[in-house]
Amino acid sequence: MSELCEHALGPLSEFVDGELNPGLCAEIERHLVECGNCRVVVDTLRRTITLYRDHGHEGVPQDAKDRLYAVLRVEQECRAGG
Amino acid sequence: MVERHSGTVYNLALRMMGNPQEAEEVLQETFISAFRGLARFEGRSQLGTWLYRIAYNAALMRLRRRELPVTSIEEPLTNEDGELIPRQLVDWSALPDEMLINQELRGVLERAIATLPETLRVVFVLRDIEGLSTAETADVVGLTQTNVKVRLHRARLALREKLGEYFAPAAALSAASQGLPGGERHVRVV
Repeated sequence: MSELCEHALGPLSEFVDGELNPGLCAEIERHLVECGNCRVVVDTLRRTITLYRDHGHEGVPQDAKDRLYAVLRVEQECRAGG
Repeated sequence: MVERHSGTVYNLALRMMGNPQEAEEVLQETFISAFRGLARFEGRSQLGTWLYRIAYNAALMRLRRRELPVTSIEEPLTNEDGELIPRQLVDWSALPDEMLINQELRGVLERAIATLPETLRVVFVLRDIEGLSTAETADVVGLTQTNVKVRLHRARLALREKLGEYFAPAAALSAASQGLPGGERHVRVV
């Protein structure tokens, strides 16, 4: 990684999120055309994010949800009775 | 409220505690606290953000009680600003989903995220997995938006490195199976 690469990679998250100002964004895009390593970093970073977005969420298991509702019912009854 | 927010509360708790039993306990604790304190909810933040903050604090207290040694990623290569310098330069981004899933994708993702320090993991879970905005995440964990962005960036780079270690061999195999000597088209190693 060259100094130029480090400069380009600093604001990379904002770049892939589309939150970077247009000037800096264009600068990075120009660098990506010339630098294969940085293209790999950008592509795999994007893929990392989408993999976690698509497969990283673990929902509440149904039995845990049932127990939660049961606990909350008891809580409600206690409050109503108290 | 439970239907809408329990998924995010549970996932946040699961990633912080590292096991489903304690995640469920945090889930229950969060909603009981929320029900008891609903009258005090002032509407200054969104209901979801308020709930996630309760969950985050509940999990944090448990972690402190547990006094777990802080987990950290292996000594990273950083520049003067402390930013991680990418070492994994193998391009696995074009691997089809099926191939990644065949490699027990969920397990791979879980093992990788578990290696992150808790301070980075929480931000990554809220922003990238649960889809909260930078402002909402900052509100939940009590950080500035700038700090959230810095931590998110570090978390992403660290995870990319970890996933690269897992997927690089598959990328090389995929390139080889397409008759690309050395996989030049798909694998760039420097």
